[in-house]
Amino acid sequence: MILLDPVWTALLYLAAAVFFILALRGLSSPRTARRGNLVGAFGALLAVVTVFLSARLENIPWIIGAIAVGTAVAAPVARRVKMTQMPQLVALFNGVGGGAAALVALLELSHNGDPWTRLAIVFTLLVGAVSFAGSGVTFAKLQELMTTRPVVFPGLPVVMAAVLLAAVGTAVAVVLTGSLALAVLLMVLGLAAGALLVLPVGGADVPIVISLLNAFTGLAVAASGVVLGNVLLVVAGTLVGASGTILTRAMAAAMGRSVAGILFGAFRGGSTAGSTAVSERPVRSSSPEDVAVLLGYAQRVIIVPGYGLAVAQGQHTAAELALALEARGIDVDFAIHPVAGRMPGHMNVLLAEANVPYESLKEMSEINSEFRTADVALVVGANDVVNPAAKTSSGSPIYGMPILEVADARQVVFLKRSMRPGFAGIENELLYEPQTSLLFGDAKDSLAKVLGAVKAL
Amino acid sequence: MDGISLLTITVLAVFVGFEVVSKVSSTLHTPLMSGANAIHGIILVGAIIVAGQAADPWVLAVALLAVVLATANLVGGFVVTDRMLHMFRGRKGVGK
Repeated sequence: MILLDPVWTALLYLAAAVFFILALRGLSSPRTARRGNLVGAFGALLAVVTVFLSARLENIPWIIGAIAVGTAVAAPVARRVKMTQMPQLVALFNGVGGGAAALVALLELSHNGDPWTRLAIVFTLLVGAVSFAGSGVTFAKLQELMTTRPVVFPGLPVVMAAVLLAAVGTAVAVVLTGSLALAVLLMVLGLAAGALLVLPVGGADVPIVISLLNAFTGLAVAASGVVLGNVLLVVAGTLVGASGTILTRAMAAAMGRSVAGILFGAFRGGSTAGSTAVSERPVRSSSPEDVAVLLGYAQRVIIVPGYGLAVAQGQHTAAELALALEARGIDVDFAIHPVAGRMPGHMNVLLAEANVPYESLKEMSEINSEFRTADVALVVGANDVVNPAAKTSSGSPIYGMPILEVADARQVVFLKRSMRPGFAGIENELLYEPQTSLLFGDAKDSLAKVLGAVKAL
Repeated sequence: MDGISLLTITVLAVFVGFEVVSKVSSTLHTPLMSGANAIHGIILVGAIIVAGQAADPWVLAVALLAVVLATANLVGGFVVTDRMLHMFRGRKGVGK
């Protein structure tokens, strides 16, 4: 049954596209972000209602059932996931979107004889499959179902090249013949290429790959819009493809890396491997009570939260410590490196969850000049993002990455699990400086002990 | 729709996409990625069209799988982004 004539359909899809543009614009500013997201959700709802009212559809009860299943699976997961597990959830949602695009393209093949349309089908199929498999591997890495280190094996570049060549050949054959069997083969090759693309990416680079795959899925959706002649899919997919590309570049720049370096670094060898040797030089270790005294009698404290805090889920304890110090009249700020946490911008989400006011979260460019006025810089589970080697040692893998200049503070306290180096696998000279002391232990435990000692002062 | 119109729309959408997020603060990288992720879940519209045209049970089964996956992307993406952004609050949210 068709209730809407084509003009109304086109206008409603246009409205949905405008809502998506407003959503992305809203999401890029803190004040309007939440409203932006709701505007986007409304646009999606409008589009789904429009398709039911305007297209000649069979199997409607089945379709509604499938939508109910998808909602019933995803909504509770989205509502309950721990904020620290956000990166893998984003990867998972991206992967299923890519998978859906690939399946839609596969099914459209039998309806389309025109080579140009088949070209768009082949593109959707391949990119959707790459995104699905690549996101699956990033999910496995972040969920620690497999190692987070780069996985490389001899001959990887050769295998990758062979898979890509086979994919291009198969793609051409599908465009020429429209063979369904070859299209299935192409999808399998796309899955292999996606996995091979992400396996060699390690550690802190994984989230950037999620962002890149996100842009890929957007492009696959845009191409599926060409196949179906649906302008909304073209616009929405292209928007995500373009904005995702910008976002990926911004994230990579925040780490002082290039996107190509992240994807192909491991092929060239070296970049994220680093040395894992631990030096025998003495460090000054300290007790929770010592740290509490240092903090409790300071005038200005800057807390630098990092990956270790995110993993230990210590954000609430960190927020309590900040409140306890502020109650003593101490000025406390959080210095947030753009890539702190488990993905760029993630630390802001974690601290916001712990009710740390937005005004206390300072971005790197804003706070770097303030470290020299700080009595204590308290580094909680961060290492690479404060390592001066990024500025001074041109041979270092993190050379060129912008860092937080905690070395300027009068005292530096590191809460660390062990002397083991961070992601980049390199030593931090700052640990051996005379103004530095270390408190070993799980970030959350150590923070709780320091908090107890501050309250007892 | 003809090829030139589609090409025009695509090129314009690329520019809009670049423009709307070009000055994003690093504070919002995570929610923005998650929100953009939700938007491409609109492939659901395509999945619904394909499922609605399916005559063969196998085609229908694959299309319904696409509907389930796309819905998970769309609904889950918007819900989790909203949850994240709900936590960004100003001064009055301090304490418990």
